[in-house]
Amino acid sequence: MAIAPDPLAQIERWQADGRKTALATVVTTWGSSPRPVGSHLAVADTGDFTGSVSGGCIEGAVVAAAQEAIATGKSKLLDFGVTNEMAWEVGLACGGRIQVLVEPVTI
Amino acid sequence: MRSVLLHALRRDLADKRPCATVTDMASDRQALVSGNAVSGDDFLSADHLIEVRRRIATDRSGVIADTQIFVRVYTPPPRMVIVGAVHIAQALAPMAKIAGFEVTVIDPREAFVRSGQLADIDAIVAWPDEAMSQVAPDIRTAVVTLTHDPKLDDPALVSALRSPAFYIGALGSRKTHAKRLQRLTGDGLSEADLARIHGPVGLDIDALTPAEIAVSILAQVIATLRAEPA
Repeated sequence: MAIAPDPLAQIERWQADGRKTALATVVTTWGSSPRPVGSHLAVADTGDFTGSVSGGCIEGAVVAAAQEAIATGKSKLLDFGVTNEMAWEVGLACGGRIQVLVEPVTI
Repeated sequence: MRSVLLHALRRDLADKRPCATVTDMASDRQALVSGNAVSGDDFLSADHLIEVRRRIATDRSGVIADTQIFVRVYTPPPRMVIVGAVHIAQALAPMAKIAGFEVTVIDPREAFVRSGQLADIDAIVAWPDEAMSQVAPDIRTAVVTLTHDPKLDDPALVSALRSPAFYIGALGSRKTHAKRLQRLTGDGLSEADLARIHGPVGLDIDALTPAEIAVSILAQVIATLRAEPA
């Protein structure tokens, strides 16, 4: 019974296919948040992704940031939540706040 | 993250070794801490390492206070050992599996073990004392006895109490549990030992059906697993 996708395994599969990848990880949460610290979202340069860092509220923004990280080769710490100026666009409906580390997977 | 670190991490996961990736978000340096071994970048102080190992032991990912250092802990799934392939086990085993536990059902009655929802759950068809020495409960293992039958439940509880299992629960009314404690005291177990047993098992949610009782047991197991360490 495979219940949760395994983002780390997916990254290795993508690498085997010659694709570039990034890993997003929930680093901090405040208040209510749908996914705990440590949750992973794996992203390929093509925009494919597996796993989750929220209930779907911010995945789009994280995937975009991950593609940017793949392009620049630089990690980035993203901040989402009610205190964020992007709240109205991609904020968390649950009212929580989370930080997500996006890191390119390099050779 | 560098590929070499990712591959090392995946090997630890495959071998079910508790470990952690440690990332200094200020400088992008990264290490993998696994048992006594540290690989990757060399930036962790002795104090950091103590903190990382404490976090691995208690399965607590997070940022180390007053630093930019993020620790992502990976631990093998917690285990649940269910003694008695009874009705409640039919509900509890699949629920616990969905919640992420590695589930083993112990019952010497083969027909019970192979029936219904238990068909695809790992089972040991043997008497509990023999089976329990085989599963060797550790600090990430919950043991739940459900048979109601002292000759099955009691030996399992005695083994569980001699192990570091984080949760031990025994099905039975207050009256049944009082009698059980009397018997086990006769077996030389101390009051402190016996206080580890959750009995009657499960959170008090007025559960009625086997599935509802399974929910109350699983909820209590999770609450115990996730409780802040004292």
